[in-house]
Amino acid sequence: MAHDTAHAMHPPTATGLDTRKLAIWTFIGSECLFFATLISNYLVYKGQSLVGPLPHETSQCMLHGQMATCEPIFEIPLVTFGTAVLLFSSFFVVLALNGAQKGNRKQLIGWLSATVLCGLFFVGMQVYEFYHFFHKGLGYTTNLFGSSFYTLTGFHGTHVTLGVIWLATVLVLAIRGKLPPEKALNLEIAALYWHFVDVVWIVIFPVVYLMR
Amino acid sequence: MSTIAMGHAGTEAAPAEKKGLWSWITTVDHKRIGILYGVTAFLFFLIGGLEALLIRWQLGAPDKTFLSPEAYNQLFTMHGTTMIFLGVMPLSAMFFNYFIPLQIGARDVAFPRLNAYSYWVFLFGGLVLNASFLFNAAPDMGWFAYANLTSKQFSPGLNVDFWIIGLQILGIASLAAAVNFFVTIINLRAPGMKMMRMPMFVWMSLITQVLLLLAFPIITVALVLLMLDRNFGTHFFVPSGGGDPVLWQHLFWLFGHPEVYILILPAFGVVSEILPVFSRKPLFGYAAMVFSGCFIAFLGFGVWSHHMFSTGMGPMADTVFSLGTMLIAIPTGVKIFNWIGTVWGGSIQYKTPMYFALGFVAMFIIGGLSGVMHASPPADLQQTDSYFIVAHFHYVLFGGSIFALTAGAYYWFPKMTGRMLSESLGKVHFWLMFLGFNLTFAPMHILGLNGMPRRVYTYSAGMGFEFWNAIETAGSLVLGFSFLVFIWNILRSLKAGEVAPADPWHGATLEWSIPSPPQEWNFAVEPTVDGRDPLWEERRAKGGTLPEPERVSGAGIHLPSPSYWPIVTAFGTAMTLVGFLMHVTLWVILAGLAITMLGIFSWAFEPADH
Ligand code: HEM
Ligand SMILES: [Cu+2]
Repeated sequence: MAHDTAHAMHPPTATGLDTRKLAIWTFIGSECLFFATLISNYLVYKGQSLVGPLPHETSQCMLHGQMATCEPIFEIPLVTFGTAVLLFSSFFVVLALNGAQKGNRKQLIGWLSATVLCGLFFVGMQVYEFYHFFHKGLGYTTNLFGSSFYTLTGFHGTHVTLGVIWLATVLVLAIRGKLPPEKALNLEIAALYWHFVDVVWIVIFPVVYLMR
Repeated sequence: MSTIAMGHAGTEAAPAEKKGLWSWITTVDHKRIGILYGVTAFLFFLIGGLEALLIRWQLGAPDKTFLSPEAYNQLFTMHGTTMIFLGVMPLSAMFFNYFIPLQIGARDVAFPRLNAYSYWVFLFGGLVLNASFLFNAAPDMGWFAYANLTSKQFSPGLNVDFWIIGLQILGIASLAAAVNFFVTIINLRAPGMKMMRMPMFVWMSLITQVLLLLAFPIITVALVLLMLDRNFGTHFFVPSGGGDPVLWQHLFWLFGHPEVYILILPAFGVVSEILPVFSRKPLFGYAAMVFSGCFIAFLGFGVWSHHMFSTGMGPMADTVFSLGTMLIAIPTGVKIFNWIGTVWGGSIQYKTPMYFALGFVAMFIIGGLSGVMHASPPADLQQTDSYFIVAHFHYVLFGGSIFALTAGAYYWFPKMTGRMLSESLGKVHFWLMFLGFNLTFAPMHILGLNGMPRRVYTYSAGMGFEFWNAIETAGSLVLGFSFLVFIWNILRSLKAGEVAPADPWHGATLEWSIPSPPQEWNFAVEPTVDGRDPLWEERRAKGGTLPEPERVSGAGIHLPSPSYWPIVTAFGTAMTLVGFLMHVTLWVILAGLAITMLGIFSWAFEPADH
């Protein structure tokens, strides 16, 4: 009654795809609908705010309890820089993964640290931006623009934060020498999630910040 | 990697029989989790049924004061929410859990601990939702919670908040389970089981997982927005701040219509297993069944606004959504013809599962036909919010889903417990349920067309509603009684039922090739498949009969270790969300997050095998 595959620890899969990789792809597919709904919500209420401040136009708004003229909220240069940093982090994590697969610890740890730092920078930029916008008069409940903007970018920021925690965990493993080439998949999966979070921002950036 | 031959020569001891409460709390075995789902969902189903009986008692005669209007609102809302999210969905999940791995010849699901996590999150979600009764604040705005009835202004109590948080928790359970089953089906099929050889139940389950994955994120966002409106002062659905209450309807039904297919596709799958076995004929039009299922799911995302004709969307939108809805009748019709084609000319075995499966086909046709009727906007404007709609969705949900799931329960009970249910009690159950169901719901068509509105706690004498309402209430008692027969049948059989062989029905699929109930590792030898009805093919090859499979020692078989981290993580997840119930209870949220994080990390670094 001997048989080979039945009780092996990791039987080959029906498709040849790794099971955990397929799972993260499936999860990402589901998350697409999550962000699609949030982005739709933002677009539905674009231009529907009853009072300012507004994203691109000067407008009448309440500041410190009295009517005032508010400057446009968005300042494109900073967020463009943040976007670039996030984009580069996707590139860095690919280099880190390459290092992990080759067993090059220096490459792995170096680029993975760079990725985590980029992620932290992006989160920091967002926190600064929220703070700044708030002081320009855009509270969370000021108008529909504020509510839908903060909700959408807030959820994205939460995803980035979780990604940073995940990648940092993998980084700790790598530093402790617990990420040999045969376990590079642990990084690859986190990286897939990271790319996804990045891609979502690539949609949010033009749709929210650039489109008028 | 060592591959140890079966038998006592192995170095690992045979896994000890696991017993006791702790073994259930820490189980990661898909079969035990399936049973947990089944028992829990059945209890919730009974609660939902009790709520329905109270509603029917109130409506049994005009001007009754048995229930106050407030209590009535809470009961119909909790009834609907319970039946959908705590009854039919998790009853389907019981079958996904128990039978997807068995039918595809797998050891377990892809992620056993994630599977346990899904169950515990589901349980906590159900408890949170029902805890609202303890605070006398059960949700009371209808299961689709239309804005702006749900605004703080019109619903100041915690009722809506309980609903939001409960559903949010349940959604997490569904999503986690959907990822798991999707990956399981795609990746863990036994050698030779190509996609187009999968049992139809597995196919319909796969499509259901896709729907879950794509539809639940939408309701998640909608619930978040509603929570923000209620507790954080936003105006997404509040007109005074520029918000649009109709957006809620769009978001809800974008989820809601796919949801009705989430409720019915598993039932389609169950029936597509039973009809061939008891007709002794392969499923008619296998490929057509697969593709019509895919087509239904695809179209299901494009017809949501047929629930919104009365909002006045304009002739263009009305026409598009009306045509789209009517189009769905085509793949649905294909399925019905295929079921009839399967039974046609077969050598029909009149066993209880077959009774319920045939009952399903008949009742579902009625529900489908009334569905096509209100696909037409002018007709729908008469029917919407009347008892006609209540009749429609009970014919598809009760006559459809519940009949099919009951068929599945009779069909698979011997496999799950090792005992046969009584055939005679089963038939009594069927006829009582069939009679009670039709007495309860058929007259609703008439009442609805005569103008009786749904969701109103009473009606005046002299409106011509008395007679049929009295009949319906009598019918509902028969229906309730039929479930007592079912419970009696189950208890009797568990205690002293006839012992079930591995294959009591002459089945075609892999689960019948192993002992009843299966041993923890499912298949002692990994099966190889080279057709759609593997057991029938093997039987033919071996001249008609198959030997009873022997129970083997599990020595040397590798099984995932039990773990309590799933329940800990699930508790943390539920706790975090409960922290949002009353505005923000920060310490609850932080403690919940801490427990969740602890759970996730311990889980990730816990060795998966022993
Ligand atoms: C041929 C297939 C079907 C068609 C054409 C159809 C059509 C419709 C339409 C147009 C409505 C909206 C009526 C209104 O509110 O005015 C409706 C309501 C409903 N349908 Fe169907 N339906 C079909 C199958 C199903 C199935 C398979 C299920 C679930 C298993 C289902 C469950 C429901 C429910 C729950 C509602 C009521 C929602 C509510 O207002 O509470 N339907 N159906
Ligand atoms: Cu619908």
